[in-house]
Parts: sequence; structure tokens; C-alpha cells
Amino acid sequence: MIRLEPRANPSKTMVFLTPILAVIATMIAGGILFTILGKNPFEAIRIIFLDPLFNEQFASYARPQLLVKAAPLVMIALGLSVGFRANIWNIGAEGQFIMGAIGGAAVALAVHPLESVLLFPLMIIAGGLSGMAYAMIPAILKTKFNANEILVSLMLVYVAFNFLAAMVTGPLKSPIGYNFPESRNFQEYPSAHNAELIANTGLHWGVVMTLGLVILCYIILTRHIFGYRVQLMGQSPKAAKFSGVSPNWMIVICLGISGAFAGMAGLFEVAGPAGKLTTTFPVGYGFTAIIVAFLGRLHPIGILLAGLLMALTYIGGELAQFQLSLPAASIQVFQGMLLFFLLATDVLVHFKPRFEKRKTI
Amino acid sequence: MTNLLTLHGLTKAYPGVVANDDVSFDIGEGEIHALLGENGAGKSTLVKAIYGLVQPDSGTMTFRGQPFAPSNPNEARAAGVAMVFQHFSLFEAMSVAENIALGMDNPPKTADLSKRIIEVSGKYGLQLEPSRLVGNLSAGERQRVEIVRCLLQNPKLLIMDEPTSVLTPQEVERLFKTLRQIQSEGASILYISHKLHEIRALCERATVLRLGKVVGSCDPRVETNKSLAEMMVGAKLATPKKTEVTLGEPVLELDGLNLKSDDPFGVSLKEITFKVRAGEVLGIGGVAGNGQDELMSALSGEVRVDPQQICLNGAFIGRESPSRRREMGLLSAPEERLGHSAAPTMSLADNILMTAFDRQRLGRRGFIKRPPTTHFAQAVIEAFDVRTPNETVHAKSLSGGNLQKFVVGRELLQKPDLFVVNQPTWGVDALAAATIRQALLELASSGAAVIVISQDLDELMEISDTLAVLAGGRLSAPQNAADLTPEEIGLLMSGEVAA
Amino acid sequence: MDFSSFSTLTFLATVMAAATPIMFAAIGELVVEKSGVLNLGVEGMMIFGAVCGFIAAVSTDSPTIGFIAAAVGGAGISFLFVILTQYLKANQVASGLALTLFGLGLSALMGHSYTGIKPPSSAKLSVDGLSDLPIVGRLIFGHDAMIYLAIFLILAVWYFLKYTRGGLILRAVGENHDAAHALGYRVTRVRTLAILFGGACAGLGGAYLSLVRVPQWTEGMTAGSGWIALAIVVFASWKPLRILLGAYLFGGVSILQLNLQAMGADIPVAYLSMAPYLVTILVLVIMSADRKRASLNAPASLGRAFHASS
Repeated sequence: MIRLEPRANPSKTMVFLTPILAVIATMIAGGILFTILGKNPFEAIRIIFLDPLFNEQFASYARPQLLVKAAPLVMIALGLSVGFRANIWNIGAEGQFIMGAIGGAAVALAVHPLESVLLFPLMIIAGGLSGMAYAMIPAILKTKFNANEILVSLMLVYVAFNFLAAMVTGPLKSPIGYNFPESRNFQEYPSAHNAELIANTGLHWGVVMTLGLVILCYIILTRHIFGYRVQLMGQSPKAAKFSGVSPNWMIVICLGISGAFAGMAGLFEVAGPAGKLTTTFPVGYGFTAIIVAFLGRLHPIGILLAGLLMALTYIGGELAQFQLSLPAASIQVFQGMLLFFLLATDVLVHFKPRFEKRKTI
Repeated sequence: MTNLLTLHGLTKAYPGVVANDDVSFDIGEGEIHALLGENGAGKSTLVKAIYGLVQPDSGTMTFRGQPFAPSNPNEARAAGVAMVFQHFSLFEAMSVAENIALGMDNPPKTADLSKRIIEVSGKYGLQLEPSRLVGNLSAGERQRVEIVRCLLQNPKLLIMDEPTSVLTPQEVERLFKTLRQIQSEGASILYISHKLHEIRALCERATVLRLGKVVGSCDPRVETNKSLAEMMVGAKLATPKKTEVTLGEPVLELDGLNLKSDDPFGVSLKEITFKVRAGEVLGIGGVAGNGQDELMSALSGEVRVDPQQICLNGAFIGRESPSRRREMGLLSAPEERLGHSAAPTMSLADNILMTAFDRQRLGRRGFIKRPPTTHFAQAVIEAFDVRTPNETVHAKSLSGGNLQKFVVGRELLQKPDLFVVNQPTWGVDALAAATIRQALLELASSGAAVIVISQDLDELMEISDTLAVLAGGRLSAPQNAADLTPEEIGLLMSGEVAA
Repeated sequence: MDFSSFSTLTFLATVMAAATPIMFAAIGELVVEKSGVLNLGVEGMMIFGAVCGFIAAVSTDSPTIGFIAAAVGGAGISFLFVILTQYLKANQVASGLALTLFGLGLSALMGHSYTGIKPPSSAKLSVDGLSDLPIVGRLIFGHDAMIYLAIFLILAVWYFLKYTRGGLILRAVGENHDAAHALGYRVTRVRTLAILFGGACAGLGGAYLSLVRVPQWTEGMTAGSGWIALAIVVFASWKPLRILLGAYLFGGVSILQLNLQAMGADIPVAYLSMAPYLVTILVLVIMSADRKRASLNAPASLGRAFHASS
């Protein structure tokens, strides 16, 4: 019989070890899943985790994709992690991502075809502000009316999807797009294009910004009193209030940060890799980022690594889809399992398993 | 006298601590038996074993001549053991009848149960209205619910864990009458307390526990408070002493403070008015749930009020934040340690930052300066004799007494002009309690004003210069503590006399 | 706009059908929350139930077996949540999100080859004579059995919570788990059962979507219904009978906007489609605004992890 015994201090080793354990467990469970689907599990795992990086044939395409896919995941997850640390659950990042993309794109579309070096920075600011403003809705409803931020932010994702549909069929529809529901293509608008900075690396301004934010968040969260207050709020809002932190302000700030980060990620995505606003350009980064944040232990460096790993599964998943005709959804299952195993192994951080014989009384 | 319950060699160990170490004693039929010991002596674990909530590692029990090893409370209840918990095992959003039904294994239909509740409560003088919500009851009434719940099952052994900690002296008297009536009907009572005069008044025999071991057994009726205390603590206790100081100017003035409570079961403060002068210890007594938490949060700044209602050193601070108030000299320590005055899973050094960051200048432009923070934590640990390996351990790994010394020390080393503390020695061992009381008195002697909110009347009588009582959200006029008798305070606590 | 196609009776009948999936999911979640557990995985359990029910119904050609499979599937996937939160003490919010993400993925994978197929149709309840009564006949009789089951379930939960010993214990565990433990109740066991019940209900709700309401399988077809069910529990202030009201209100809004779309209202379709979500937010705000009432009705231990100290 296994008994869980609370640890006096959480195990530092386990904090590092459990994400690795979770990845291994996911690979095993994933292997079983692939076997059930009638695929060779070892081949599938190899294609997902190794081929994108090391297979000559695919690496030239896949390696740059790694940064392209990891950047939005990491950027969104960084913002979410601040709130999650404080027990403020913004799960509507997908909606803020969409609104950021719309807001930033709208600026460019409004001044098209004006060329200016100021345009792109302006778009980033507009994207961030749009995401932030959208996140203010759950923040204000929470602080003023006590409405659950989880449900409100999630509902707003569906509203954002519909708003996007309204925009690309209405005001932001491309005048040269043969009436398709999509905006102008930013790849054909130099001042607004988030282009690759070095050819075939996948490096764009969003990647640079993401790395900057990783460092900034690391410093603020570990060295600054703000990071301390976030953590205190997460432990106990009562203790935070006693310490002098206003819980309402904390909610507004945390939702604001995560909204702004998600909004910027949306802008970088739409102005670069996606190229234009369409109803299908949001591919769920806002939800996958939740997994990234947890897998990275809500720590900026961890999130960076987790984001890269998750990006790898996206790319590897595409490869596997095309080589083994593995259904696209299996990668979603894979990511879901990862979060499950992570939460399951988490128990080792706070509890010590003790094996003991069942007593006979 | 034959034995109702015999314990033999009971041992229960938790990781890092032996809660009960080879405990043996017995309880006679129709006896009121005291289990005496400090916080952490192992009383709770022992009664949990008798009630089936904890299974001992070794040792045996015999109940009414039969081997007794309940594996859950239902078995214990079926055998005839009932228990009244210290932190009542009640459900606030449910009615009295529902609460009682939950404590019975085969409750009758609601209508019959209500009838029986009224019957039993009438017989023992414990008035109860079966349909009322428990959340709306006073502490004394809640205890009646627990007792009636036990009595409905005709127990042979009634366990009472610290039953008087939330009662007024008059309510204690009434409780004793009920307990003697239960005893006269043939049941035995195991009475757990650290209040010595109560044990001397009520119990016929006492078993004393210290650090998990039985250290003695006596007839409390022939002992003195002092001899019992020394048996319990195992050391001589010094009574805190106060050096006489002349009281100075008022440091804090409250003028007609009103505060509406947000909590459905909370208490609203009404027209609270008082002054504390430099060098004065103002004790605020009262039964729990009469506005203590609300008053505390209004003073600490967690809840804001009209600016003019609170005046600190001549400045109106009703709207100021807790951090601003700290900078102005008002420091505080609320009752609940884990999750309010301390963050459970943060290191002690990080817990320093909770209240000392601004006042002690532990940062620059918001960036935390680690070395001075660590030094301050070490200074608190040393000055208040906090038993801990070092300042990196988490707050929750400290014992209640040590954590309370740390929390109080954290504030006192910041040299407050006014210190407000709620329940300074609640759940704290006697030596730590003495240290804390002494420190509070020294703070006052050094010229600061001190407000002690406490439910422990003995404590208040010991350290207060002036005393006021909270009842139903109203505060009685502060009076010279030396002029008040416990009976007078008890009347104030019940809210029966107008302030 | 063209009002000619509008019939109040058809409207009410469709509202009842639209409300049913949410009713199932919400009454299940209400029981879960009453036991003190917040399971945010309703959406995941619902869609998993939808796909399980669909596959089972198509392969056996029996909607009944489909619904049974959906309930079993929903309960089965909720067992993952049980393991995480009740035995491994994981954070309930994170575990619920994980359940939703996992359920969405797994259902998409399983339903991969079932898109575009029509499920066997569920029989309508028809009582000779009664169903032909004007108005009342159409409104009260002549629905499929699941609509009645949903209403019955709500009444049953109401009775269970109010009048039975089991209901009393469930509420006690949700109100104060430490006290319930001290009195000898098995907190973890009660909560496990509640979570499994919630999973089964969510599964039924999902299957109602894929087998009756739509009826076919598409990826992500629940489109937030699970989250709306969570909001309806708040709207209902944790009172079973109000779930009925909340679900009909929501069903009414969704059908109304669909009707407006069909009648060619002068508002872009996309804005109309936002309506159910915006109404949900509005309702949440109204019901939560009175903090005193909200905290009085919500189970006091909601979302708090339980670890027996002894």
C-alpha cells in the first residue's frame, strides 16, 4: 500500500525531475496509443521528436519552424504564468490572441499603402493594447461584480472567433481578395510585414521579442517585489491583502499582462507566418500555451524549454501525419496527455510516497 | 469504581514526531476525567484514537470490558463514545437538525428528530431551535448543537476537547452544570483542557501529558494552579512582569467606527470608540465571532473606512493601505498564522518581506535586497528564540508556538508606535506564550501603545492596563483592568449589559 | 425580415431540445460542486460522451446503446480527474483544464472516421391521443425520451439533495470536509462518486448533441456548451430546479438568434452567433454581483483540496 506523506519543504529535485518524468510517461503512453492506431510506436516517436531536428530531408524545413511555432507559445505562456502564479486563471488567451491580431492588423490596413518604419512598431503596440483591453473585460467583471474570470475569459474566446469572422467578411475584408473571407496579405506590404530576419532560420521580430520577455520576466519574477507579491497572492489572497497588496489590482495587472502578451503574439503571427487574417488563422496556441506554462513550471526559463518541446510536437505531428497518415488530432491527444502526466507526477513535489505493508489488525 | 475505558501502551508516531508514546491510563464509570497538557502534548491524537479517527501504531484499549479498536468514528459511536470537537465539526449553511442528523448513524425522520432535539435540549437546559441555520448561531449555541448531537445517542463516554475556549464565564458555569447532570446519569466524561481552574472545579482525576508521554496523574481538586502548571510544562513559569510607566499622549483614537460585514455570517462593527495612549496595553475581550476579525482588519488597513474614524498620532488614516500604515508606525499581527500573517509555503526570509519590505528598506526601486532580508530574519529568529534550523525553511514547518514568535518578532523588531495583535497566544505552548506576553509588555514599557485582542480572559487580566469587551460588534467603554472581576467581564461578553 | 416562417410552438419545442444537453451537463456539475469539487472539464467530458455515444450508436444501430456508452464514456474519462484531484492531490483548476484539452483531442482522434455519417434516429415519445392535442400535445408530449430524462434527472437530484441521507452527506462534504471527516464520512469516496456521476451526465449531454440535436459528428461540436453548463450552475445558485430555468433561458437565446439568422435579420450572422456567449457572461455577472448571496449559496469547500490530517 502506498501512502502519501506531506513533505515539510517541497522537493527541489522533483521540481526539475517531474517535467522530464512526464515527458517520458507521455512517450510511453503515446507509443501505446500509436500501437492501437496500428502504427509502429518507435517509428512514430522518432518522427515526432527526432526527424524535425536531425533528418536531412525535413530538417531544412522543420528547424526554422521550431522558432516560428515556439515563439507565440512561449510569449503567451509567459503572460499566463504570471497570472497562474497568483491563482488568477486567464484561460481566454486564444481570444486575446485573436483580438491582438485584429487590432494590430487594423492599424496597418487603415493606413495601407503608406510605407513607414514606424508602422510595424505601432502595430505591435496596437496588438498588445487590443489583447490587453480584451483581457480587461474579465478583469473588470471579476473585480467589480465578482464574476468568475475563468468562465468569462473562456466565453470571450467564442465571442472573439465570431468577431474575427465579422471582421474578415466585413470591414477588414481584402478589396482584392475575390470576396474571400480574408484580409489583405501582409507579406505583400513591406512596412507591415513581420519578415524573417535571417533567411531560413525562422527568426522574426516576434522571436526576438519573446526572448527579451523571457529575460524580463525572469528578472521581475525572481528579483523584484512584484514577483514576490504575485507569489504571495497565489499562496493566500488574505496574506497578500495583509501585506498591503490590493487583490483587485493584482487581478487587473495579471490579466492585463497576459492579455498584452497574447495580443502581441497574435499580431506577430498574423503579420508574419500566417500572413493574413482568416477565420482559420488561430490554431489553438492560446490553449496549448496553458500546457506550456504548466510544463515549464510557471518559470520563464522552463517555459522557454517547454515551448520549444511543444513546438517540436506540432512539427513532428505534421510530419507523422504526412508520413504515417497519423490523424492530426493524435498530436492534440499527445499534448493533453503530457499535461495529465505532469499534474500526476506533481504529487512527488509536495508529497513523499511511502510504501508500507498493509497492517493486519 | 470499575473502569469504563482502559488504555494500555498506546503509541502513535508521525514522521519526525511521536505524538503518543506508550500512553496508559484508565477512566472510571461515571467519572469526569481530565486530560491535561500543553499544545502539542499529544492530547488531540489520543482522543482521536479513542474516537476512531486515528489508528494507533501499537497498544490496546478496553472499553466496557471488551477489547476496543475502532477503525472509524461510526464504530466508536456504536460502542458508546461521543465527542465534542474543539473546532466544532459543524456545517454553517445547514440547519441545526441537519447538523445533528449528520452526527448520528441512524437518525429518525426530520419531524421526529426535531421533537427529540427539543426534548433533550429542554432536559439539559440547552435551548435550541432545530430549524435555524448554524451559521447564524453564537459560539455558545453552536456548542449546544454539538452536545445535543452527542446526548441523543446516550453515550457511555463523552469526550470534550477544549470546550470552553469560546465561552463566557457564565456559559462555562452553565456547561459545568450540564456536564454534572450527564455524569449523574451514569456516563463518564473525558475533559480536555489547559485551563487549570476549570479542571480543578470540575474533574475528579487528571492525567497529565507532556511531549506525548504520561507524566503524572493526580486529583486536581487538591492541587493548585501552580502545581498543575508545573506538572504540565515540566518547568517553572515566570509570570510576565510590567515595569510601571506613566501613560503618554493618545497614539490611536477611534471615533464611532462603523463597518458593514460582507460575509453572510460576519459581524458588523457599530460605533466603536476608544483611545490608546503611549505605554498602554489595551485588552479587548469577547467571545469569538463578535467582531474581532472585523476590528482587526479595520485597524490593519485590510478594510478601508472613512478617514476620520481612525486617527493615528494625529493623522486620519482610515483610507490608508496596510503598507502605508506600517510606514506611519501601525503594525499588526492577525489571528490566523498560516495564510494570513504568514505565507505557509514561503521561507521565513520571504515571510519577512510580507511586512518589513518598505519599513525596513529591504529593497531599492522595488528590487529585493537579499542580504539585509536574510539578516533581519536571522535577527528575529535569535531575538525571539524561534526554534528552526535556519531562515530558509517554510513557515508551515514550524510549530504553532515558534511561528507565532516569528510573526510577533517580525513586527516588534520593526519598533512600532502601535502594535495590534489578535489572539497572540492561541494554540501556542506555555513557554512561547510567556515569551510573547513578556515581549508585549516590554514593548509597552518602551513607550509604544499595544492593543491585544484575545478570547483568553486570564491572558487579558494578566497583561492589560485597560480592558474593553466586544459583543455583537459593539465595544464596551475601556475600564481599568484591575477594577474588573471575571464575572463583570463575563456579563459584558454576553452583551447583556449596555456599554 | 421574414416572420412568416416563425411558429411559437416549433420555437418552444426547439428551445427544449437546445436546452437539454446543457441541462444534463449542468445538473451533473451541480452535484460535483455540491460535494465541494470544481471540475472544469465539463466540455471535455461532454465531447468525449458525444463521440462515444455516436460511435456506439452507429455501430449497434441503437441510440439507446449510444446513450449508455456516452454515460459510461463520460464517467470513464472523469475518472482521470478523480485520480488527479482526489488521489494525487493535483490542483483542481489545472486538472479540469487538462481534462478539457485531452477530451477534445481524444474525441477528435476517435471520431476521425465518423464524420459525415448519420446516426440512427431516436424515437419520439408518442402517446396516442395525447400527442395530437392542440398546443399542449406538441409541447408536453412528442419529444424524444432524453428530454424527459433530463427533466427527470433534475427533479431526482433535487429530491436527493433535499430529502435523502445521501444528499445530506454529499452537502456536508461540500460544506466542510474537515468536519465531515471528523464525523467519520469518507470525503474522497463521496467526491469520487459525485465526479463520476457528473461525468456520466456530461457524457449524456454530449451524446444528445451528436445523436439528436445536430445529429452527426463534427470535431469540437460542443462549441463551449460545457463551459456554459458551468456558468448555468452559478446562475442557478447551486439549486437544482433553477438549472431548468437557466438551461431554457440559454436555449431560448440560442434558438432566437438562429431564427433571426434564418429570417435574414439585418445583423451579420457572426454578431448574432455571439449572443449565447454574451448572455452567459451577462447572467454570470448578475448572479455573482451580490457577493453575500453568492458566498451563502456556494458550497464552502468548493475547489479546496482535502488531505486528511490524521
